Amino acid sequence: MSMFKVFDIAGSAMSAQSLRLNTTASNLANADSVSSSTNETYRARQPVFAAMLEEASGAQRAAGAGVQVKGIVESQAPLRQLYDPNHPMANEEGYIFMPNVNVVEEMANMISASRSYQANVEVVNTAKQLAMRTLSLGQS
Amino acid sequence: MPSLDKAFGIHEQAMNIYARRTELLAGNLANADTPGYKARDLDFKALLSDYATREAGGTGSSMQATHANHFGGMGADGMGGDPLYRSPMQPSIDGNTVDSQVEKAAFMENSVRYQATMNFIDGRMRSLRKALRGD
Repeated sequence: MSMFKVFDIAGSAMSAQSLRLNTTASNLANADSVSSSTNETYRARQPVFAAMLEEASGAQRAAGAGVQVKGIVESQAPLRQLYDPNHPMANEEGYIFMPNVNVVEEMANMISASRSYQANVEVVNTAKQLAMRTLSLGQS
Repeated sequence: MPSLDKAFGIHEQAMNIYARRTELLAGNLANADTPGYKARDLDFKALLSDYATREAGGTGSSMQATHANHFGGMGADGMGGDPLYRSPMQPSIDGNTVDSQVEKAAFMENSVRYQATMNFIDGRMRSLRKALRGD
């Protein structure tokens, strides 16, 4: 019965999307984390998604693929450097470093992740209904 | 009087195909944000007519293993037919061809069809039971 694989597939997508929501929350939370050197500054983090490799065994090959998170990469975009000698974190030259988090981009990311999560919840619900209905076949 | 194996006719096979399609479409929706993922779907008409040909004694369109060393291929589960790649309406720059709206609509449509097939099977069961009871 292949209907049960749907739960695995949608479940993997839900966990991947919730990880994406986590990184977005972390990025937004640290959008204003100031530091005095480039090495210590927070950098925006993004998860990398990849389709799960399918098993090579004949019957399984045609099945749908789940999602896996390959890893989390830090953005290499340049940090924002501000001249603010009165800031407590300012370095000797009077500069502070702001994270390279793009707040607007993160908001869009958050909405995309939550919509994808919802779509997968819907898939699980529908699959559950179909499975329950299949189990009660011929009982009416 | 046909044998009871065939009691559900084509619906049994149709249900198998719908279940498989549910899985594929769930995979598409799950990978809506995966770079480079290509959306896939089944050609229901081709699969069902393939099944009908095989039922009638033909070989169908799936590849035949005529040697012990041949690979089973996609048709190893007896359902034949590879999933096909969807031609994208709006391809995105990361190589992903999943259109969530299209996939959602297809998923819903597929589940309605699955339920319709279950209703047919239910009806067939009811009439069989009626015939057996004789009331």
